[in-house]
Amino acid sequence: MIAPVVGVLFDGFAYGMLLFLLSVGLSVTLGMMNFVNLAHCAFAMLGGYVTVTLMEAAGWPFFATLPIAFLAAALASVVLERVLYRRLYRASELDQVLLTIGIAFISVAIAAYIYGTIQQPVRLPSYLRGSFTVMGVSIAVYRLFLVGVSLVITLLLIAALEYTRFGAQVRAAVDNQRMARGLGINVDGTFAVTFALGSGLAGLGGALAIEIIGLDPSFALTYLIYVLIVVSMGGLGSIGGSFVAATLLGISDMAGKYYVPEIGSFLIYLVMVSLLMWRPAGLFGRR
Amino acid sequence: MADMTGTALAPQLYLQAQARWRAIEVAFWLATLLPFVLLPNYLVLASQIAITALFALSLDLILGYAGIVSLGHAAFFGLGAYTAGIISKFGWGEPLSGLLVASILAGTVGYASSFIIARFRHLALIMITLGLGLLLHEAANSAHWLTGGADGLQGVKIWRLLGRFNFDLWGYTAYAYSLIVLFLVFLVARRLIHSPFGLALRGIRENSVRMPAIGAPSRSHIRTVYTIAAVIAGVAGALLAQTTETVSLEVLSFGRSADVVVILILGGAGRLYGGLIGAIIYMVARDQFSGINPQFWYFWIGSLLVAVVIFLPNGILGGLAALAARWRSRS
Repeated sequence: MIAPVVGVLFDGFAYGMLLFLLSVGLSVTLGMMNFVNLAHCAFAMLGGYVTVTLMEAAGWPFFATLPIAFLAAALASVVLERVLYRRLYRASELDQVLLTIGIAFISVAIAAYIYGTIQQPVRLPSYLRGSFTVMGVSIAVYRLFLVGVSLVITLLLIAALEYTRFGAQVRAAVDNQRMARGLGINVDGTFAVTFALGSGLAGLGGALAIEIIGLDPSFALTYLIYVLIVVSMGGLGSIGGSFVAATLLGISDMAGKYYVPEIGSFLIYLVMVSLLMWRPAGLFGRR
Repeated sequence: MADMTGTALAPQLYLQAQARWRAIEVAFWLATLLPFVLLPNYLVLASQIAITALFALSLDLILGYAGIVSLGHAAFFGLGAYTAGIISKFGWGEPLSGLLVASILAGTVGYASSFIIARFRHLALIMITLGLGLLLHEAANSAHWLTGGADGLQGVKIWRLLGRFNFDLWGYTAYAYSLIVLFLVFLVARRLIHSPFGLALRGIRENSVRMPAIGAPSRSHIRTVYTIAAVIAGVAGALLAQTTETVSLEVLSFGRSADVVVILILGGAGRLYGGLIGAIIYMVARDQFSGINPQFWYFWIGSLLVAVVIFLPNGILGGLAALAARWRSRS
């Protein structure tokens, strides 16, 4: 009786960790610059396609492709940030939404042009496949790996943000951008680095996500909604908030699909709308 | 904007000057009759354009004039479409009363949700409109017994318009019907925008905190305009259901909400003709491009968005207005 519930909880938690990886970068950059970047999942998709291409065409092992997925997404985001995004930091939200959704559309078209609309396969190394049973609960090795990776990244992020000079600058810029500028912090430079890091994490998330949720050109738009839900629920600029929101969303989505499949995604949208009506700035948001 | 200060002492005169019909407007509406003569093979497309224009006009009232960014406006479009479709399925296929019922239902839901909308701004508002739209989409998907779910609504049968005009395959009736409704609603919207209420809406867009301070109740204005926009979107949805005699889940989708925002921005938000011009360009371009390959269409619409935001922040009409102003000052 307990075992299936724990199994669903674990699967939901692993799914939530994936959502956390995909969304944490957006949360921090949104909190810092108030820049609504709807192309965030396009970077995640880029990471996924880099992994697939390197594995299929060049025969790289799965693990070797992950850093490249991170770097490719980070690099692409820096180029876009320098060329397009920086023009719109002071523009209205609507303009930012439109520009970035335009970029997401273009990425969808390019991915479909190069790879076609089919789901991309990923061949995991044998030690990441299969599952084992602990006290009647079936645990997939890959999901366990995913949880491990995400927890390590979360700890690294929190440590970097709390204990390094760069982290202090990021926190200052998120709390009060103008004041941070006044104190001589190079907010634009900090932002560019944070943006690249966040997009790189999304790229890594995209590469890790192929096994769980698949990869096709619509990825950039489908998971955008999930990422936005995590960000708006967690509160802008809050890593802890994103973590809690992603976990909550992952588990409620998974539980909803297991126990009440007929209402589909209805549950998570309901959770999001009611949560935002209760706290418009998100669970941990301060503004 | 410069002439506003000069006429500030006579607001009635200012509004009257704004409301005067210009020659180019008359020419535009006369030109909408041309497809009957010149392009009789494209009347079906023309009726789709008129419906999309009506939908974009409804969004213009809240997004362009009152500054409420909604990513879930298709909710009301879909409500109208499903209402019109379902009552015809249950044996009442009279188009005009179907339109009325659909608009009333969309307006009621719009009024109820406006109490939520009026409380929020910025990202929370965008996410809440998005969430409400997705909720309705999922609800329609689950309510298979009523809406047909993902298979679409089957068995929509619309009677003759006014008991006389059949909805023919060529779209003569469809276009005439859609165009007349569009024109009538446009007249209402035009009157609304050129009233003191319309001026108050623009005030809310510019500064929603200051408006209550000068005695204009922002929230009740937002509720009113949101309800009106919901009614118009419902009419547009009902028109689509009646002229195509099908309703699919797509009418409620996020894609439709996003499309209409794109159309409005492309044409120029906050201008009465913005949605209309945007709908013409968008629909004609989609008709041409998606014939080649639907994925290319995504590429072009994405590039168009980026170009509009970077080069034409006020849309096509805004760009034209700026060009005209420059030309006038030079001569």
